Amino acid sequence: MSYIPHTEAERQQMLAAIGVTTIEDLFEAVPATHRFPKLTLPAPMSEMDVMTEMAALADANEHAGDFALFRGAGAYHHFIPSAVNHILLRGEFYTAYTPYQPEVSQGTLQATYEYQSMMCALTGMDAANASHYDGATSLAEAVTVALEAGRGKRKKIILSHAINPQYREVVRTYHQGGDVKVVGDRGQASIPDLIDMLDENTAMLAVSYPNFFGQIDDFNELAEKVHEAGALLVMVVNNPVALGLLKSPGELGADIVVGEGQPLGVPLSFGGPYLGFFAVREKYVRKIAGRIIGETTDIDGKRAFVMTLRPREQDIRRDKATSNICTNQGLMAIATAVYLSLMGKNGLRKVAELNYHKAHYAAQQIQHLDGYSVNMERPFFNEFMVTCPAPVSRVNEALIAQGFIGGYDLSADYPHLKDTMLLCVTEMNSRAEIDALVDVLQEVE
Amino acid sequence: MADLKFPDDVRYAKSDEWVRVEGDIATIGISDYAQDALNDIVYVELPEVGDTFDKDDSFGSVESVKAASDVYAHVGGEVVEINEALEDEPEIINADPYGKGWMVKIKLSGEADLSDLMDAEAYKAYCEDR
Amino acid sequence: MKTATIEATTNQYDGLEPLIYELSAAGRIGVNLPEPDVPLSDLPADLLRDDLNLPEVSENEVVRHFVRLSQFNHAIDTGFYPLGSCTMKYNPKINEDAARLTGFAHLHPLTDVEGAQGALALMYQLQEWLAEISGFAGVSLTPAAGAQGEFAGILMIRKYHVDRGDTQRTKILVPDSAHGTNPATVTMAGMQVIELPSDKEGNVDLEALREACAGEKAASIAGMMITVPSTLGLFDRNILPIVQTVHDAGGLMYMDGANMNALMGVVKPGELGFDVMHYNLHKTFSTPHGGGGPGSGVIGVAQRLMDYRPGPIVDIIEEAAGDHDAPLYGWTQPPKTIGRLKAFHGNYGMHVRAYAYIRVYGGTGLNDVTRHAVLNANYLRARLKDHYKLPYPRICGHEFVMEGRFADSDVRALDISKRLMDYGIHPPTNYFPLIVPEALLIEPTETETKQTLDRFVDVMISIAGEARENPDILHDAPHNTPVRRLDEVKAAKQLVLCCAPLMKQVD
Repeated sequence: MSYIPHTEAERQQMLAAIGVTTIEDLFEAVPATHRFPKLTLPAPMSEMDVMTEMAALADANEHAGDFALFRGAGAYHHFIPSAVNHILLRGEFYTAYTPYQPEVSQGTLQATYEYQSMMCALTGMDAANASHYDGATSLAEAVTVALEAGRGKRKKIILSHAINPQYREVVRTYHQGGDVKVVGDRGQASIPDLIDMLDENTAMLAVSYPNFFGQIDDFNELAEKVHEAGALLVMVVNNPVALGLLKSPGELGADIVVGEGQPLGVPLSFGGPYLGFFAVREKYVRKIAGRIIGETTDIDGKRAFVMTLRPREQDIRRDKATSNICTNQGLMAIATAVYLSLMGKNGLRKVAELNYHKAHYAAQQIQHLDGYSVNMERPFFNEFMVTCPAPVSRVNEALIAQGFIGGYDLSADYPHLKDTMLLCVTEMNSRAEIDALVDVLQEVE
Repeated sequence: MADLKFPDDVRYAKSDEWVRVEGDIATIGISDYAQDALNDIVYVELPEVGDTFDKDDSFGSVESVKAASDVYAHVGGEVVEINEALEDEPEIINADPYGKGWMVKIKLSGEADLSDLMDAEAYKAYCEDR
Repeated sequence: MKTATIEATTNQYDGLEPLIYELSAAGRIGVNLPEPDVPLSDLPADLLRDDLNLPEVSENEVVRHFVRLSQFNHAIDTGFYPLGSCTMKYNPKINEDAARLTGFAHLHPLTDVEGAQGALALMYQLQEWLAEISGFAGVSLTPAAGAQGEFAGILMIRKYHVDRGDTQRTKILVPDSAHGTNPATVTMAGMQVIELPSDKEGNVDLEALREACAGEKAASIAGMMITVPSTLGLFDRNILPIVQTVHDAGGLMYMDGANMNALMGVVKPGELGFDVMHYNLHKTFSTPHGGGGPGSGVIGVAQRLMDYRPGPIVDIIEEAAGDHDAPLYGWTQPPKTIGRLKAFHGNYGMHVRAYAYIRVYGGTGLNDVTRHAVLNANYLRARLKDHYKLPYPRICGHEFVMEGRFADSDVRALDISKRLMDYGIHPPTNYFPLIVPEALLIEPTETETKQTLDRFVDVMISIAGEARENPDILHDAPHNTPVRRLDEVKAAKQLVLCCAPLMKQVD
């Protein structure tokens, strides 16, 4: 086997050095009754055959390479410059581990520090960690920070229903063992309704920006009211490409900004690996979980980078740590750093504008179709709600037959949004594709 | 061990805090042994004035690069003063743990019960045994 | 002038490599984007940002910058990486190609199941294989990392008791040799840790365990977390009595599967009586560590916890019509699930890589992996035992622990680690497990040749000599690395966590 390099002669020399006769002798501490069970697995396969089999599995999917994709809802098909993948394929990056030994990990450390810096710029925050697992777990960890900031006395968490439903579910999973009360998201509470829920027991209020429906809510007075109540304002960024265009959450008064970093250089990959970004005002930096890279110098005075604020973490604080997270989504953070470096301030703005214009073009075309209506109540970025003349599943069946993956069916998570799809248009969708989509929609009975 | 100080005007806890009671005010900090074990202290987390604690509560923590220790009150009462200088210069604790490195002053809610705490001689012996 | 300019350039940065922001020039761009092909809409003026402080760099400079940075890393692809408890084995390149197949890489997670049959078939098959290897009734692929798998496992144990009305079971037993994630997980789940001592052989102290589970205390025991083989690299000889004791008390057994590289085809945790465990696909199944993630912390569970698994789970929702047809795969949510752990359904790209790895090896091959991982570790242990103190001098699993200190030298484990870097070898895990003074935890993995191991032994013996004859060369190490020892106190005090001041300067 090509990955196990031992020759028979070497095996014998090694066993002799150990002082045993067979490899089996090394396992005598394992209970004999259970030792060496049969593994009922397929026979080994050549690399060639494995690749053939896996290519066939890959081809059996309806993917954005073959279909025009108009679905987002938390995962987005954006352009990824070729250079990103080429950097990710550097074995020096992807076959290294957590930079415990900074002298031989400056590559990972500096790249991650640059990622942190760019996320601070994008979100308008003072500090960012090296990432969480995804946007959903970032929000769950924000709850932990808010509870800590409230010194464990404030137990109420207010969530907007316009936060991705999966994120809200993850918050509940993470905090099921504590006495936290999650409110606000079971109905259709507006932002003023959420403000009315604030009280002296509230640790945080979270809204989505843009929200799960693609819209930009009116946050007028929101930060002021949340802070008056002594709570933290958390903003969940549904798609950070929007921040190439829109005001930063920091400018809007957020204390913690979390979100899904996937749109910034990470492919869809059927839902993962992605990365959750997590940025805070300076005041809260010691309360956050996850790796944080800081700048320092070596003994020769040379600038260098190192994991810092380590005593917050599980390997040191053990049962006193607020989170058990150790690895982050390191490689995805590097992907994002490379992506944002290539885009730069003008490129990201341009991508955001492309999304905005194409989505609005599509919305206007669909708005004119008989039986369809587009929700234009609030400004939107690259996703919008379309009420269809038939159940969304039927519309999507018609679309897939013509090579389109249609919008996300909102009725499962929001029963009041019957026959409503969340349609997403990115820079990857050409005008010809949009026009063709509109034509197919027109024909749905 | 030889260089470490164990002044006898304070009482010591097994968790390495010292407590000095004057009237109804208890001043609390960490011992010379503790600061030496932690090495360079880089951060001190303190409560807010007005917070109340029971004798078994932790009121803050002390961090070095590779370790963090919670610090316990050992007396019940309300925080009346915190050592704000530690926010910017946590290394004061390394330099002067029993003096300028004090952490909080607590106004006792009742009679201080320091019977669980050790005197200098007992604490020194306790440290030598570790 | 010219000379001065060149000097200024070479001295412009006081580090190894400029920050990407230091390469920035206003108006430069590293990407070639199309112009809009649709009529423009009005932008919402009052919602727009004024500025965005991202670097402005050409593609060439971005590539050079990150390639140069990569060269400052030690990685499996550049050299020996015996980092204990992390299983830094070779990452086969086919894994990377497989994960990048268009049909996987550009597949939307919310694709209707009919359109994702290839992806779902792969997940279903991987679920079956991972259940078989661990001897469990079923698995969940959703946890994003080992730590999240632990969290899921403890939440499942908690909910199992709560659903039975056993709400007073809030205590989890954790050996003192455990990974830090174990006690942190317990706290995160709202439960309490009872720490158990180890005996002088490195096993869990069975008497202490029995005492912790005795009499009235039994009713408060929710379960126990234990790593097998232990974090000391040792198979606990009492594993069956340990499982029995906790089960008798009414608790459930959690196995930290970080060390599964020592167990494949050797023993199935499910058959030992464990109720739940997590795998680390990035350790055992060669998915890359990525400089600190992404991982994948798949969990396996016994029958009584099947309904509590975090979903979604892939299942057959319509049997195949005939022998030559495929079944229809779809999503199911276990009826008593602890809930969703993350958005979508796990780190799918890692599932693809693990699938490729298992497919290449097959069952006998995976057993060979384990046999050679254990052979390599024992070979190093045998060859180093006369030069370093082994606190537990017995046959080990896939890793072993030594003390990085000597009676006749002031050299410590950290110094030895830093000196290893001078020889192009990544240090072992330092200062873990906590119960061994100056611990060096060494895990060679099966993919290293005897030549590599022999060189490591030679270097370690030479360092042991230096520790006595020339300790300063160890105190001052490393000498040949991109940077030398860092001022970590400064990093923790100053807290420069992003280049904000610099960004202002660049404006």
